Parts: sequence; C-alpha cells; structure tokens
Amino acid sequence: MIRALILLVLFVLPARAEQIVAGLSQSEVSITANFTGSEIIIYGAVKRDAPAPETPRLEVIVTVEGPASPLVIRKKNRRTGIWVNTDSVQIDLAPSFYEVATTGPLAKILSNTENLRYQITIPRAIRAIGISSEAENSTDFIAALLRIREAEGRYRLAEGAVTLTDATLFRADVVLPANLTEGDYRVRMYLTRGGKVIDAQDQVIAVQKQGLERFINRLSKSQPLIYGLISLAMAVAAGWSASALFRLLRT
Amino acid sequence: MQLYLPIAEVSVNLFLLLGLGGLVGLLSGMFGVGGGFLITPLLFFIGIPPAVAVATGANQVVASSVSGVMAQLRRKAVDFRMGLVLLVGGIAGSAVGVWVFAWLSAKGQVDLFVQLSYVLFLGLIGGMMLQESLRTLHRTRRPGSASVRRAHVHTWVHKLPLKVKFRASGLYISVLPPMMVGAVVGFLAAIMGVGGGFIMVPAMIYLLGMPTKVVVGTSLFQIIFVTAFTTLMHAVTSQTVDMLLALVLIVGGVIGAQIGTRLGLRLKAEQLRILLSLLVLAVAGKIALDLLLTPAELFSITPGFSL
Repeated sequence: MIRALILLVLFVLPARAEQIVAGLSQSEVSITANFTGSEIIIYGAVKRDAPAPETPRLEVIVTVEGPASPLVIRKKNRRTGIWVNTDSVQIDLAPSFYEVATTGPLAKILSNTENLRYQITIPRAIRAIGISSEAENSTDFIAALLRIREAEGRYRLAEGAVTLTDATLFRADVVLPANLTEGDYRVRMYLTRGGKVIDAQDQVIAVQKQGLERFINRLSKSQPLIYGLISLAMAVAAGWSASALFRLLRT
Repeated sequence: MQLYLPIAEVSVNLFLLLGLGGLVGLLSGMFGVGGGFLITPLLFFIGIPPAVAVATGANQVVASSVSGVMAQLRRKAVDFRMGLVLLVGGIAGSAVGVWVFAWLSAKGQVDLFVQLSYVLFLGLIGGMMLQESLRTLHRTRRPGSASVRRAHVHTWVHKLPLKVKFRASGLYISVLPPMMVGAVVGFLAAIMGVGGGFIMVPAMIYLLGMPTKVVVGTSLFQIIFVTAFTTLMHAVTSQTVDMLLALVLIVGGVIGAQIGTRLGLRLKAEQLRILLSLLVLAVAGKIALDLLLTPAELFSITPGFSL
C-alpha cells in the first residue's frame, strides 16, 4: 500500500524533483525625492532529492511585473495635410513594468505551450490580461505598445542575464527605472528543462513612496481642494517674497 | 542632481528644471506674458506627462505673475478697474474652456485642438505684432518724420453702452469689449493650458487702445486670477498639480521674472514688441511643423479609457 503510494507520488510529480529556494535582496523599494531607480537582486538555489539529470540542461527564467492599468493606444493618420489621431484600441490592463531575464534564448528554453500556460513572454503578459477586439488590426497596436514601452525602458527582455552556477545557484540583477509606478511588483521564477517548466515560485516586492513624496501624493488625492489651495498659497508667497527680496537687495 | 516628482512620477534633473523656470520667468517679466505657452511645451519635451505639465504650468504662472505684478505696482502701471472687468469675463470663459478640454481629452483629440489653437493664435498675433512694430520702427528711423500716435482712434468699440472711466488707462469706454476680450482669452487659456497673456497683451493694445505702459501690469494682474482658478480646477478634478515640480519652477521663475522686469525697462517698447513677436512666431512655426511632418511614431499611449 505504502509502496504504491510512493510510486504514485513519484509518478504524478516527477517535476518536483527539483525545487526553487529563492530570495530577494529587498522586499521593499522606497521612492524618495532623490530616487533615481533601484537595483534588486533575485537569487536562489535548486533543491534536489536526487542527482540532477545531465540532459536536457537546466534553465532559469525570472520575470518582474509592475502594477497594471488600463490604456488607450491611438494611431495618427494624415487627414487633409495634418496628422490626426484617428484609430484607437482599448487595452483593459497592461503592466507598467515588465522584465523577463533568462539564462538563455527564450525560444530555446521555453516551449510555446508552456509560455501559453504561464504567460511569460512580454507579448503574452499583455495579451493574457485581455485586449478588447474592437479594432481589426489590433496586432499593430500591440506591437506599438511594446515598441514604445521598450524604448521607455519599461518593458525589457534580458536573455542571458540570469547566471546559473553548477546548475544549482542562480542570480538575476534587475534594474527598476526611475519612472516607477507605486504598487506591488510580482516576481516569478521558473526552472525549465527542455522547454518544460519543472518548478515555479512567486514573490512580491512592495514599491512605495516615502517621506515628502508620500505626503504630497496622499494629500493631493485625499484633500484635493486643500492641496490646490496650498499650491496657490505657495506660489503667491514665493512670488511676493522674491519681489520683496529683490527690492531689498537693490536699496 | 536628480529629483523624483511625486505626482508626475518621473525623475528629472533639478538644475534643468531651475533653468527652465528661470528662462520662462525672464520672458514673463520682460513681456508681461505669463510664459505658459512656453513652459507647457517645454515640460512635455523633458518627459513630464501632458496633464501634469498643463496643471503645474498654470501654478507656476501664478507665482511669476505675482512677482511681476509687484514690480509693475511700484511703477503704478496696473489698471485695477480694467483688470477686474477683464477678470469677470476671464473666469466665465475659463469655466467653459475647462469643460470643453475635458470633453476633447476623452475623445483623444485634445492634442490636435491645442496644437491647432497654438498655431492659429500664435501665428496670427505674432505676425500682426511683427508687421506693426517693424512699420513703427521704420517710421521713427527716418529723419524728420517723428511718429505720430493719436491718443484716441474712435471705432465701433466706442459706440457701445455701459461706459466706464478707466483712469489709469486714460480710457472712457464700454465694459463690454474688455469683458468679451477677457472671456475669449479665458476660454483659450483653459484649452491651451496657458495664462493667455500673449493674446491679452495685443488685444489690449490694438483692440481696446490701452497705453503700452499699463498693458503689461494689468495683463499680469488678470493672469494671476485666471491661472489660480485653472490650477484649483485641475487640482480638484484631475489631481495633476505637482507641488514639488511647481516649487522648483517657481524658484527659478521668480528670480527670472525680476531680472526680466529690469531688462524690459532698458529696452524700447518697439524692440520689446519685435522680440516678443519673433518668439511667438518661432513657437507657432515649431508646432505647425509637428502637425505637418510625418511623426516618427504614429502611435501614442494614454492611460485610462476611451469614450
């Protein structure tokens, strides 16, 4: 009976023979006035019950995903000589930041079916969350979204950026840019062999404004009228005192 | 030194922002324009989201106008009565403008409308001012023919009812034309995200026949209130006023405005007008090119939902 059970477990869960034990250099990122971006180190080890098989090779994929928001993508066309926004596509949710770091070329280390299941590559991560099919050529719009966000450093594919030592220890350095959106950043780690995912793990990094940045941001949302009045008072006071100061300097 | 802006959510060089504020303040003090028509496009250019740029630009204009108006007050160059009449029209126009702006934003056509307004109004006003100033300059240069400027040119403007004495301007005209000017400027100001000085100043000189001496001060006085109103509206409706960004721009701006006012006193009125018209034309030309040339990127991304 027990033998049968063990056999069953071994048979059903052969993938669990190798497991991720992972850590993050920091579980929080604070945005303060002098924030210019942040580097987080995602590291870990592979835990095994049995000696690792020689082939196919063990590969690691790490993704970091920022909070998602709805977007409108618009396209310009020439109308009577000038360029005008004519077509638009609504994206229900697209991540504000997305990086895929791997030990090798994604096409080689991840099969299409596994990508479909785990939504790993950048185009997958956006499509996954959902695009309404209002425009016929929505693929052009998605391509544009990827192109623009890649140029802004928001979406990144870093093939070969994960280092794997002795098929056991891995490490990825992910640079978070200065134009970060506040919220929870989801970190996913995958072990693959021959294109198949054999283990996965999730972690979260909390990105939050701190100090003055936090105070200003909260006030503008919770007390907009008071915030507006303070902004005005500041402007009037600055203008008046500068004028008075210059007059004093001259006499 | 980098500075992270809490509302714009971008990190920008502190000295770049200070310089930008200073430059715009300089022009504000020299010409009596709020400088919004420069600060807003410049903020776009350094990567500030458009909605934040428009709202924060308005807040900055409040400060530079206060600073400028103080200098003008000492010269007794502010016509308060005229300023108040302009303001009544201005607030009404601005309220309508903010509403139209929100509607166009949702339609995704606000950029186009703003750009077209800029090209049309800046081009028209810049061209008119340049032509007029060059003619006057040409006339004064010729020996023997001193410039003859009539104090009063009687037009249809003087036949309207509700006449009021504007002592500082030396005018006795109906309140309707200034109120209309105020409303048109307020409307355009809200739509274009500017104070409207560059429209107000020529309108006061050429339409209302106000003496150049009081035009700058009165225009600044009115701009303070229209931009304050705009700032408050943006803070409440869309929460896009970035206090930290405004503060840095203001520090640069108020210093620039003081220097600009001094500089403006040294230059002759005609020279001042030629410079301002060239600047206005340059901005209009740049925006026209953006509309006509094929853009490098046909697609654009805006957060939120479309209608």
